[in-house]
Amino acid sequence: MVTAAAGRASRLPPLAPALTVALLLLPVSAGFLGVAAPSLGYMPALGGERLSALPFRELFAWPDLPRAVALSVLVGLAATAISLLAVMLIVAGWRGSRAFRALERALSPLLSVPHAAAAFGLAFLIAPSGWIARALSPWATGWERPPDLLIVQDPWGLSLILGLVAKEIPFLFLMTLAALPQAQPAKSEAVARALGYAPLTGWFKTVFPRVYRQIRLPVLAVLAYSMSVVDMAIILGPSAPPPLSVQVVRWMNDPDLSLRFRAAAGAMLQLGLVAAALLFWFGLEKAVAALGRRWVEGGGRGGGAMEGWLRLLGLALAALSAGAVFAGLGGLAIWSFAGLWPFPDALPEGPTLRSWMRHGPALAAPMAETLLIAAAATALSLFLTIACLEAESRHGLAPSGRALWLLYLPLIVPQVAFLTGLQTLALAAGLDGGRGAVIAAHALFVLPYVFLSLAGPWREWDARQALVARTLGAGPGRALFAVRLPMLLRPALTAAAVGFAASVGQYLPTLLIGGGAVRTVTTEAVALAAGGDRRAIAIWSLAQTAAALAPFLAAALIPRIAWRNRAGLRDG
Amino acid sequence: MRTIATGLFAAAALAAGAAAQAPNPADWPAVLEAAKGQEVHWHAWGGSATINDYIAWAAAEAGRRHGFSVVHVPLADTADAVSRVIAERAAGRDSGGAVDLIWINGENFAEMKEQGLLFGPWAESLPNWSLVDPVANPAVAFDFTIPTEGYEAPWDMAQIVFFHDSARLPEPPRSIPALLDWAKANPGRFAYPQPPDFLGSTFLKQALIALTPDRARLQAPVDESDYEAATAPLWAWLDALTPHLWRGGAAWPQSGPRLIQLLADGETEIAFSFNPNEAANAVANFQLPESVRSFVLEEGSIGNANFLAIPYNAGDAAAAMVLANFLMSPEAQARKQDPAIWGGMTVLAMDRLSAEDRARFDGFARGEASLPPEALGPILPEPHPSWMVRLEEDWAKRYGSAR
Repeated sequence: MVTAAAGRASRLPPLAPALTVALLLLPVSAGFLGVAAPSLGYMPALGGERLSALPFRELFAWPDLPRAVALSVLVGLAATAISLLAVMLIVAGWRGSRAFRALERALSPLLSVPHAAAAFGLAFLIAPSGWIARALSPWATGWERPPDLLIVQDPWGLSLILGLVAKEIPFLFLMTLAALPQAQPAKSEAVARALGYAPLTGWFKTVFPRVYRQIRLPVLAVLAYSMSVVDMAIILGPSAPPPLSVQVVRWMNDPDLSLRFRAAAGAMLQLGLVAAALLFWFGLEKAVAALGRRWVEGGGRGGGAMEGWLRLLGLALAALSAGAVFAGLGGLAIWSFAGLWPFPDALPEGPTLRSWMRHGPALAAPMAETLLIAAAATALSLFLTIACLEAESRHGLAPSGRALWLLYLPLIVPQVAFLTGLQTLALAAGLDGGRGAVIAAHALFVLPYVFLSLAGPWREWDARQALVARTLGAGPGRALFAVRLPMLLRPALTAAAVGFAASVGQYLPTLLIGGGAVRTVTTEAVALAAGGDRRAIAIWSLAQTAAALAPFLAAALIPRIAWRNRAGLRDG
Repeated sequence: MRTIATGLFAAAALAAGAAAQAPNPADWPAVLEAAKGQEVHWHAWGGSATINDYIAWAAAEAGRRHGFSVVHVPLADTADAVSRVIAERAAGRDSGGAVDLIWINGENFAEMKEQGLLFGPWAESLPNWSLVDPVANPAVAFDFTIPTEGYEAPWDMAQIVFFHDSARLPEPPRSIPALLDWAKANPGRFAYPQPPDFLGSTFLKQALIALTPDRARLQAPVDESDYEAATAPLWAWLDALTPHLWRGGAAWPQSGPRLIQLLADGETEIAFSFNPNEAANAVANFQLPESVRSFVLEEGSIGNANFLAIPYNAGDAAAAMVLANFLMSPEAQARKQDPAIWGGMTVLAMDRLSAEDRARFDGFARGEASLPPEALGPILPEPHPSWMVRLEEDWAKRYGSAR
């Protein structure tokens, strides 16, 4: 098929992945150099004229470094493992049930809540003066005053892990839903049950390996993200010392400009740390695969009380995470109408429209800007991703994952450090200060998400479908547009929605590359959040949520409509 | 890859010392002329809706009167504007920069000035400079003891003010030693932001000034003094205080505004701010109950001025200067001081104003939550910035790490 296609496929050169890499090479290496050079003492703009090991020496002299590193690693691994486990249990144990459908419907709003807003909502929920305590006080707890308990910002990062899990479960759940049709679980499940396997055991033995292969990149992204997160960690995480990523931002934002060298060294360490954690995860995958193979070959049919408990655990984790985010969202909505709201009142005085009247009129222009930028950056990323993946399959290229690892650097290197070099490049090229430059910068952070969301399902798609189409006389273009894309509509829309949300959430790239001239709901939200007025934070967080919501709804609804006469595709 | 690097950093190397094209500040009519049609990007902290509203008014007024436009770029952190200017220098963008005016003071100013990232001198050429009195109020010309030398123009005065909810705490402690005794009796009900947060570090300096044997020494750089002797009483006081802080010092508020949330939630009993009108603004925003009252410490309270600076490569420096001059006008300063608008204290010297302009500052209706300017007590000058650096380092070693 490769030789047959070679002549006519030339309109889509095998170079698409190479071109994408080339397109990204400049900004990504500029961003990387902008971190690497100052980490070695080189930054002429701040008087660093020659290479030196001093930034790293200072970094390693920081007494809290081991603890900050341990926090980053433990939070990242725990959040990833718990989220993955919860999603797999819920898909394995509850698919087709009412609980499952409810969770599916809840997905779009859960995904649209920005991480910082979710953290803010969660903090208000679980703090000693938070909503839960207010609802129970003083009648049940006897508290007239909030107790002095360390819940949020606990030194072990448990609140932070909880917050991350609450946001990553919906993400991995969405990725799994997009991947399921390619795994064709119904057939395997039917066979497994016919052979006497209990549902959960049968699913894990037959379907899980095929699903995991498709969601592997998203899982790795969750790991990298959880280790590098800043906004959530500032609200929920420990602060003395904080995880490494937060400390890097602190150094970077310190008025003492010489600390930016140490910040760069910290960012390089962060990069190495994520790389090491990914390697560790690969090892974990191998170990689980080896154990799993033995488990499958053992032929145990499973079942029993254990399986019931595991199903309940999955449901509990999913309900807890969804409940936490929804309660947080509800808290935001109430704050936006709140008058005074002292402890232990369960509801505020009011309601008042004053906060909306104050901030509402200012929402329109940044909202339009946000949607425009996100749509453009997502379209660009989706186009490049599909071009890469299609070129890969048409020309029988090796999966470009390895060649495209570069693409993931923007996700892993702490943004505040990465942007210095990126900004310098944009300025040197005269590409800054406008909407176009901001769109290009967003694409750099959106593309990895679109790619990792779509690559798995795309590669798992049964290529014999294309063969059938070609046999029936369709050219490669028609095979793509009439067969492959429609069948992959759901993962493609999902990828677009994830990319769109990633764009909506960008703060520093918008501010720095746009030179302050481009104002989105997120630039406004983050600036206002610095002032701590919960009413203002609530309104702008809700605006961010609204901006990200439409594409997720579209990703959930359009396949249902488009596939209403394609029963086989709805196997999800 | 190497060519990119060479290109980037060669450009950066060339940048040092290159002069930006900007009008001569001494020729004010030429500045006014050059300002016409420009667009000022004013990078200013955007955390307060109250202040943002004032900025929007000033931007519209100055622009309308002088024929330019003003864009407020709201920041979460002044460091973001500094980052932008550094990146511009690294890329060789030595004119036409995106940042025209920054709301700045203290260490940020000292660093930018030291690194040659500021345009100037210009501030002392502004027509309204004649209305400030640097002799009577040195804070307008010395930013954390660093002489401003015309590289920034003062536009607001700040002073540490404490507040409490009188319904829950009728009599707050009014000195640094009394605060410790109160905290011992009320464990977990006082917090200060984690240094190097600006307000947290200021609290350390406030305590240092109250406790140090010789206050005058703090005005000189730290290495010219006996640091150990000067700070020993502070560490003893903090050692005694920390176990009685909110969360026993195991977690810290991450910003100044977080103190208001904690007070509102009833987690703490005392909060403080750098804006003397903060309590009244918070009451007006429904953030705090009407029973909140402000107070100042008997030792006096740290005060300083906030400034406006223009980066060395600002694209629209002329309009930025005109805007700064407008912000220093009696009209804009009086509006800023109106507690119903913002309540920020003026930098102008009343005896240098015409009777008519003086009258603009009279007769503001003031809520009970805030103190009038005359009740704010003596202002303690900021120590030399090198003290803050050392204090922050030592604080981090003692209290900012896992124990």
